[in-house]
Amino acid sequence: MATRLQSSLRLVARQTGATLARTPVWNRPVAWATRAAFSTKAPQFFAAPHGKVTYTADKYPYLKRDNTFKKLSEEDVTYFKSILVPSSITQDSEDLETFNVDWLNKYRGQSKLVLKPSSTEQVSKILKYCNDHKLAVVPQGGNTGLVGGGVPVFDEIVVSMSNMNTVRSFDNVSGALVCDAGCILEVLDKYLEERGYLMPLDLGAKGSCHIGGNVSTNAGGLRLLRYGSLHGTVLGLEVVLPDGTILDNLSTLRKDNTGYDLKQLFIGAEGTLGVVTGVSILAPKRPKAINVALLGMDTFDQVQAAFKRSKDELSEILSAFEFWDRAAIKLVKEHLVAGANDPLESLHNFYVLIETSGSNKDHDDEKLNTYLEGLMGDEIVQDGVVAQDTTQILNLWAIREGIPEACSKAGAVYKYDISMPVPVLYQAVEDMKARLVQSDAYGDGKLFTSVIGYGHVGDGNLHLNVAAEKFTNEATALIEPYIFEWTAGHSGSISAEHGLGVSKNNFLHYSKSASMIELMKRFKEMLDPNGIMNPYKYLPDK
Amino acid sequence: MSNLRILVATKRVVDYAVKIRVNAAGSAVETANVKHSMNPFDEIGTEQAIQIKEALAKSKTGTAEVVVVSCGPAKAQETLRTALAMGADRAIHVDSEEDLQPLAVAKLLKAVVEKEKPDMVILGKQAIDDDSNQTGQMLAGLLNWPQATFASKVELGDKSMTVTREVDGGVETIKTPLPAILTTDLRLNVPRYASLPNIMKAKKKPLAKFAAADLGVDIKPRLQTLKIAEPPKRQGGKLVESVDDLVDKLKNEAKVL
Repeated sequence: MATRLQSSLRLVARQTGATLARTPVWNRPVAWATRAAFSTKAPQFFAAPHGKVTYTADKYPYLKRDNTFKKLSEEDVTYFKSILVPSSITQDSEDLETFNVDWLNKYRGQSKLVLKPSSTEQVSKILKYCNDHKLAVVPQGGNTGLVGGGVPVFDEIVVSMSNMNTVRSFDNVSGALVCDAGCILEVLDKYLEERGYLMPLDLGAKGSCHIGGNVSTNAGGLRLLRYGSLHGTVLGLEVVLPDGTILDNLSTLRKDNTGYDLKQLFIGAEGTLGVVTGVSILAPKRPKAINVALLGMDTFDQVQAAFKRSKDELSEILSAFEFWDRAAIKLVKEHLVAGANDPLESLHNFYVLIETSGSNKDHDDEKLNTYLEGLMGDEIVQDGVVAQDTTQILNLWAIREGIPEACSKAGAVYKYDISMPVPVLYQAVEDMKARLVQSDAYGDGKLFTSVIGYGHVGDGNLHLNVAAEKFTNEATALIEPYIFEWTAGHSGSISAEHGLGVSKNNFLHYSKSASMIELMKRFKEMLDPNGIMNPYKYLPDK
Repeated sequence: MSNLRILVATKRVVDYAVKIRVNAAGSAVETANVKHSMNPFDEIGTEQAIQIKEALAKSKTGTAEVVVVSCGPAKAQETLRTALAMGADRAIHVDSEEDLQPLAVAKLLKAVVEKEKPDMVILGKQAIDDDSNQTGQMLAGLLNWPQATFASKVELGDKSMTVTREVDGGVETIKTPLPAILTTDLRLNVPRYASLPNIMKAKKKPLAKFAAADLGVDIKPRLQTLKIAEPPKRQGGKLVESVDDLVDKLKNEAKVL
């Protein structure tokens, strides 16, 4: 009896362990063990064997291994074994896959070694050694990035922060939270919830992403509208520089004008200037009253009108203003993401989700009702619902947060994250569709099956998703560099919040001038002269 | 043509998604500054009443009036407004600052029933704060009406209703004449969201208020809470290195093999 149990436990562990560990929490279905092991129609990326993903280096032949980097040798492994416990070192090829492949199943590296340090001192020793021996390194958080910035391209060593996950301190008068970089965002939010505070950022990947990764990518998310960006909410950082120096700037002070604000350089640097090991962040008070409304409208002009009014009539209580289009809701319904169902009776061309957060329920209810009454009266809105309890609030958000997952189930999805003036926000979707139709590449059985638009209206940030049968160079050529040229032509940013990684670094010139890029390269050369930190990414190839 | 009047009882409770805590005095669950909303089973009850009304209108076999009632302090009106926004026709607030236990609520509802003369009274099977599961049954006893509890399906007939009940052994189908008491179970329906047009209409719907004292009912609590405590904390899990290690622990530590 014991042996039969053992062998079936091993079978389940083998089949599900590798895929499950790297599958973000919000993608995991309930009763995962049975579904993953025995389901006959498993969702594409949940059970896709990693062997199916092409190596990044093969898919993009313009990427060439920098041979000034040393190749990993037994001596190197012996050294790491001398400073880390065995469970902090991964060399098994099956286990390596979860660190080598990104969340989108689009990029696959060839790393032979993953290190999981448990302290800043260990990170310092690792980087010093790698710098001395010119071993390339990729810092990795929750591996939920969307531009291939957290996975290796060739045989870079992965330094995963998942073992550094302790909260160091919390000041419940000022709201300053100090923690390790490997803390998962949702875990931090739950910690703060018990103390009456919340994290100033929120994104769909919260169940898996690390705060260190959020900082290194300057993650935006659903509440940037209300709480601002990490450049404002981060009070201090602890960073290990490429040569092993530990830079301790972990302040909890709200105001400190003493010298160049170095931490700003590391926020959004995507691990190319050092490894973030500690974060000090200002947590706002958790609002007492939250309201969420879902609205359906016919035109994007109406979406804009609703947004303009919300700034007037909801202003200080407005905490999120998201939109998505008909294509997005159709996908969510088709793939029934997380049981999300559409509460509106008919399909609309555009949907808006508004969230308000305040300190007084009665005041907020009144403001929201007046605002919604006005929208209905002036026919800016065709239909809508207001959540009556927390469960309904979570369900409405589940629709918005389920869109990325629903998109990825539609096939191979090209994701673009661009910012531009709000009035032209949806034009990018319309122009892209027109271009694909013109090239006879749009529709059932064609190269591309749908074009979806959704995003943060308030921040002028569009997430443009173009779904294809698979990622091919032919498909890519139709949309890139067109989408970047379009964005540059509208004075926008080619990457509003996702960052550059390996996906967009060569398009940087569409958004930044030559002299700015030159100065960025000088910073990089100064801090990382051997170029070991996350190479082949972020800055354009020479 | 049947003209039904359906009375739906609702209660304002701590929101289902909130993590509840024992208060500092150890005397009750902490409710200050905690989000409250309508008891989920009462949402199902309100939804059921509205669905009956819509079915009658669609088949043109009659009309229904949905009246919601809630017994409690001033804030109970929030719950009534939610029900009106879902589509109820009018609301009654039985105002009381006292601690109302199921027997007291049943007596108050009996007084309301005698005033309103409904054809059926729908209640949630239990409130998620006290889990008493008594009010509907007690009300039926006080009124001497038939009761169909834990309903997962309801079909109206001519002056009767056929109800499928969720019981321990499975499901049981019973038929009762009207007027009768119905208590809702989870699988009866999925409550709708409050739509914008209905929220606007709700403001004009009548909300009547009565003081509990004026109904001439003895609402003194009969039960006294002696102690309230959180369940013992869950022991942390242990990481195992291998399947053999797991089997060993299951055998020797957890003693389940």
